[in-house]
Amino acid sequence: MGRTIVPIGPYHPLQEEPEFFTLTVEGETVVDIDVQLGYNHRGIEKLSESKSFDQTTFLVERICGICSTSHPFACTRAVEDIIPVEVPERAKYIRTIIAEGERIHSHLLWLGLAGHFLGYNTVYMWAWKLREEILDVMEILSGNRNNYAMFKPGGVRRDIKTEDITGVIEKIDSIVPTLEMLKKAVIDDPVLHARTKGIGILSKEEAINFSALGPTARASGVARDVRKDSPYGAYDKIGWKMIVTQNGDVFDKAVVRILETFESIKIIKYCLLNLPAGEIDLKLKNIPAGEGIGHIEAPRGETFHYIRSDGTNRPVRHKVRAPTFMNLPTYKATVVGETISDATIILAAIDPCYCCTERMAVRTTKGKKLYNGEELVKLSQAKTEKLRKKMGY
Amino acid sequence: MIYILYFIFYGFLLTAIIGLLASWVDRKVTARVQYRVGPPILQPLIDIVKLLGKETLIPRGASRATFLMAPVAGLTSVILVATLLWINNLGSGDTFLGDLIVVLYLLTIPSISIIMGGFASRNPLASLGASREMKLILGYELPFVLAVFVPVIKSGFSIRLAEILAYQTQNGAITGSLSGTLALVVAVFCVQAKLALVPFDIPEAETEIVSGPLVEYSGSALGIYRLMKNMLLFTLPFFLAIIFMGGLRSDGLHLLNGLLKVVGLVALITVIRNTNPRVRIDQAVRFFWGPLTIIAAAAVLLALKGL
Repeated sequence: MGRTIVPIGPYHPLQEEPEFFTLTVEGETVVDIDVQLGYNHRGIEKLSESKSFDQTTFLVERICGICSTSHPFACTRAVEDIIPVEVPERAKYIRTIIAEGERIHSHLLWLGLAGHFLGYNTVYMWAWKLREEILDVMEILSGNRNNYAMFKPGGVRRDIKTEDITGVIEKIDSIVPTLEMLKKAVIDDPVLHARTKGIGILSKEEAINFSALGPTARASGVARDVRKDSPYGAYDKIGWKMIVTQNGDVFDKAVVRILETFESIKIIKYCLLNLPAGEIDLKLKNIPAGEGIGHIEAPRGETFHYIRSDGTNRPVRHKVRAPTFMNLPTYKATVVGETISDATIILAAIDPCYCCTERMAVRTTKGKKLYNGEELVKLSQAKTEKLRKKMGY
Repeated sequence: MIYILYFIFYGFLLTAIIGLLASWVDRKVTARVQYRVGPPILQPLIDIVKLLGKETLIPRGASRATFLMAPVAGLTSVILVATLLWINNLGSGDTFLGDLIVVLYLLTIPSISIIMGGFASRNPLASLGASREMKLILGYELPFVLAVFVPVIKSGFSIRLAEILAYQTQNGAITGSLSGTLALVVAVFCVQAKLALVPFDIPEAETEIVSGPLVEYSGSALGIYRLMKNMLLFTLPFFLAIIFMGGLRSDGLHLLNGLLKVVGLVALITVIRNTNPRVRIDQAVRFFWGPLTIIAAAAVLLALKGL
């Protein structure tokens, strides 16, 4: 049978971000894939070297709109690791609350998108409606819906007011019934089972070999979660369950994410009810020379930051590794042999976030000429000139 | 002469107006189900008028004539079907023997025109979508034809729409019997696939193959396809209403009754499309050839027994 190339990207309704997947297909079956990243490179790490430690948290918050807590959280932990210091208890709890709120809204966002990719737009709209409620909660707590600006090296910027807590807990409780209904609609739907069960299976061995992270790994039976393995924030003081399933297919990845949302609600409620009194900020003055790492469990897996300081007020090197960097290669293991119809949902199942991932791009030219910015501008000017002549201006 | 009038006023204008309204009902109900506001009533018309004013791009290397003729062929066949249905339902009913079979054939042409257009555009995604549409046609035509057999058998082996209608005026709607109900259920699923709506929007799956066969269409060619789909959204339920439910009648309360039938069928189609994810093409074909064909065959046997 003849082989055809089916492109997913660089612009494709499946993804909001520009990425290019080349699927080689025989009939409807995918036999090979090629991934091309690098459309989204913004030079965040380089920018970070020109910012002070206080400013870097704002910068990394803007790496990704969805992981806008994970990156500052990991970044501040890396800075604190240089000194090293422990932040006050109250700050730890507040950080945990914000991080879990982000997990809920990120998982709901994914659930909606997954529904959309399967043509189930009702789930899409319902999940995003529910997500609005969580964003409202975050607005009450931090003043912002998405970029919370709560983190700073040594603590948090804003305190949670005691009078807000009852209202927030009521609001969180009010979304649980809707979430239960959505969970039933997704987990018990026979047509969804037909579409997602046994599709895009990532075996436990492969998950370990690819170093898969987060829900992608946990759905394949790899019990890996920074919150348990190397507790930070208030996670070691709270009773919560790590959700692990065994099959590694798309359905299990969905189940892990949905059940994690319930755990996150539990964690937030516990933290709000048991918020310790005290300071929220260490008021750090100087960061000594040295290097530090910070890693936390983002909604998509482990986010890792490395910072080296030379004793001035800005990092000399800042390295960011987002979970998608580790999860994306598993796509090749899961998609080959599946059909095109399933290729999209399998890709979506790892919850890829490319703007988080893009740190550096290496192009292989394969004998073709590679243009740089200046040459492209010249080409464009030449073309405009040609058109102008042709139209008689 | 009277047929030309029917063709223009009933087949095209009236069907287009009601089709656009049906499309609005579909979009509005969908929006309300999804906590959205939904479009204003003129939105489907505005969409098409806007598309008619846009530039039509023809991809390089595409077969120009086929690419542009395909939507016109599809639209024409829908208009012809609608004309036949209106003449039988409101007019004299003075058509020819076997108009039911002609309608069945003409109802396949919109899908075939989409396949033609898809292949003519020479886009890999369009070819994929077109081949999926082809598989889907192979899937749903058998149960659909079997389901249509039931009214034929019921009305004493008549293949004239007018006679099927006359039978129902005397003996009550065909859905009233067990075999009729089963056949209607089968037919609704087949109509869902004919309209390429979720769960059978496999040929056009936006998030997989970027609206498939229509990916290269723009401007008025796309506008014609949109109009064709909107008109089908009324014509197909209308066809089901005629052969299973006794059709529409223009006098008094019966008009309301007839409207309820069509709106009810459109709403049913909308609800199905909003409570299901898209299935895979192999699953769809298995569904049509397995359970649906069996139910349809059972309905035919029951109809032969007189149930």
